[in-house]
Amino acid sequence: MSASVELENVCADFGSFRAVDNVSVTINAGEFFSFLGPSGCGKTTILRMVSGFISPSQGVIRIGGEDMRNSRPNQRPTALIFQNLALFPLMPIWENIAFGLEVRGVDKKKRRERAEELLRLVDLPDAADKAVSQLSGGQKQRVAIARALAVEPAVMLLDEPLSALDLKLRQHMRAELRAIQKRTNVTFIYITHDQGEALAMSDKVAVMSHGKLQQVASPREIYDRPANGFVASFVGENNVLTGTITGESGGSASFETALGTFAARLGPGAGKESKLYLRPEHLRLTAEPTAANRIPVEVTDVAFEGNFISIHTRDATGKALVSEARNDGRSQIPERGARLFAEFDADQAVILADGTPARKGEPA
Amino acid sequence: MSDMIRRYGFTLTSTFCLLTAFWLLVLVILPNLYLFENSFRPYLPVVDIGGPKDVYTLKNYLTFFDSPIHISVFIWTVVYSSIVTFICFVIAYPLAYYLSKVAHPRSLPTLFLILTIPLWVSEIMRSFAWFIILSLKGPLNILLIDASVIEKPIRWMTGFRSVLIGLVYTYVLFMLFPIFNAIQSLDTNQIEAAEDLGSPWWRTHWRVILPHSKPGIASGSVMVFMLSAGSILVPTLLASTSSRWFTEIIQQWMFESNDWNTGSAYAFLLLILCTLFVTAVMRTFRVKLSDIAR
Ligand SMILES: Nc1ncnc2c1ncn2[C@@H]1O[C@H](COP(=O)(O)OP(=O)(O)O)[C@@H](O)[C@H]1O
Ligand SMILES: [Mg+2]
Repeated sequence: MSASVELENVCADFGSFRAVDNVSVTINAGEFFSFLGPSGCGKTTILRMVSGFISPSQGVIRIGGEDMRNSRPNQRPTALIFQNLALFPLMPIWENIAFGLEVRGVDKKKRRERAEELLRLVDLPDAADKAVSQLSGGQKQRVAIARALAVEPAVMLLDEPLSALDLKLRQHMRAELRAIQKRTNVTFIYITHDQGEALAMSDKVAVMSHGKLQQVASPREIYDRPANGFVASFVGENNVLTGTITGESGGSASFETALGTFAARLGPGAGKESKLYLRPEHLRLTAEPTAANRIPVEVTDVAFEGNFISIHTRDATGKALVSEARNDGRSQIPERGARLFAEFDADQAVILADGTPARKGEPA
Repeated sequence: MSDMIRRYGFTLTSTFCLLTAFWLLVLVILPNLYLFENSFRPYLPVVDIGGPKDVYTLKNYLTFFDSPIHISVFIWTVVYSSIVTFICFVIAYPLAYYLSKVAHPRSLPTLFLILTIPLWVSEIMRSFAWFIILSLKGPLNILLIDASVIEKPIRWMTGFRSVLIGLVYTYVLFMLFPIFNAIQSLDTNQIEAAEDLGSPWWRTHWRVILPHSKPGIASGSVMVFMLSAGSILVPTLLASTSSRWFTEIIQQWMFESNDWNTGSAYAFLLLILCTLFVTAVMRTFRVKLSDIAR
């Protein structure tokens, strides 16, 4: 069983401060949907409104088509996984998982069976009688998931559930969560400030800033076709060039900057206050340029990252440009001080309305 | 120690330490030791003290076990102290929950001030105030009659009723603060997690909040119980003809019979038996001493 979630013109106010500003979005049943945005942009607030701990100051929330205005958290078909998990430390693991069933009056033997079943599902078959404090961070994570799944929610709400884990485990749990979602087919609403997480796991991503939705689209579209400057610079890296549009034709335009005039794709909403966004992996460094968009640069630093190489350069005006190349183990890495050309294709650079670049990677 | 000397200088440090030692030794330990020693010696006329009859004996303690009246007073004291403790818990737990999880943190200082203002007045004055409030033609009855809640004045001060009221009033804060601390240390997310899983409010209390606050409840209960059982002012001032508190018997031995030896023995019996009782209760509720000290 899974249900759709609709938010219609939802606002949340704390005093005079508007934490969530007129958010409208439809999340389909069975979808893995992420809200992505910097710390303090209102993600948790949205989740708390869906689960019922805060009422929207305006707007309607519907779960499975039903208006949730008068439903308390304990009456909604949602299960929330808290940022700090909020397991009950005084109950053994199996009672934690079975708590939702205990509430529903399931008898003890059935509860225990169901808890053990769920523990197998999250790959912790021997943990039933352990104490919460005996488990590692990743194991607690799984218990929290099992506890939420036990009540067979139609919608699972996850508030940055992986942020406390170390990198390796985080990557493992990404795949695991995704697999659990596919297996159970429950609607997942996932909150994160980590763009990698959102892109890798979601069917659909909503990018937020300052309480407002910036773009709702598939991960691919978010990355390849950002709707504005904020999305472009928050999701992934970008070289940003300031300048003005000098000529438009169809979907492309020429953009005049201090480094020269370039042909580029015209993004949505591009106007007077626009910038050119150029992904590092689309910026090629070469001694013999072939593309029309080219900038002579000097290599200032080379960072070897393993699977890719990040090359920092500077052009004649002192503007820093970053280029990224896959490490295929064969190609030559340019030396520091080398004089090369940075070139890019017109369809891989995009002109977008200016977005306030966010502080990235902060825990929310 | 060397840390303290460095910070406050030698003179100040040694003054602190000596004062503390003086307080502990002269004002706390020595008087108790003196009573303890005396409790094992017979009550004798002054001339016989130090004479051949002045030997250590358990006679003073056995006096208690030979006296059914004293035993029954002791039992009633324990029973009513337990009732006081329970009433204090019933009052303090919801209040503590309200203060720690519902009330706005900004209003806490004001609320605590209101709660502690009565402590500015001495215990005698407060007990006496209750004596006036509860008297047959006192303000409480007048108020209740004026509000047509009752028709005839109620005799509040019969049996243990007024003593219970007085003790609860005097000691309820000793229950409130430990429970408040305990509930405040509970992560609010846990309460919300329980609710999110469908739990009604009473089950959230029963399975999450109450277990978490158990150490606070235990230390509050021990304090209120021991203070009530050892209280003398309230039971004396608010007594009725039929309420006798064990401390009053100790007082009688000491000040009416002038027999400090038996009085001391009774005082230590009260301490020992109450400690045993508290230990037994803590066993039943599976509370460890280390939990309380947490
Ligand atoms: N209970 C509250 N009272 C006042 N302001 C709040 C409250 N909860 C959240 N906020 C504010 O609302 C904004 C959004 O918070 P939150 O939804 O927690 O952001 P996120 O989860 O995206 O980091 C923040 O600026 C935060 O300070
Ligand atoms: Mg948050």
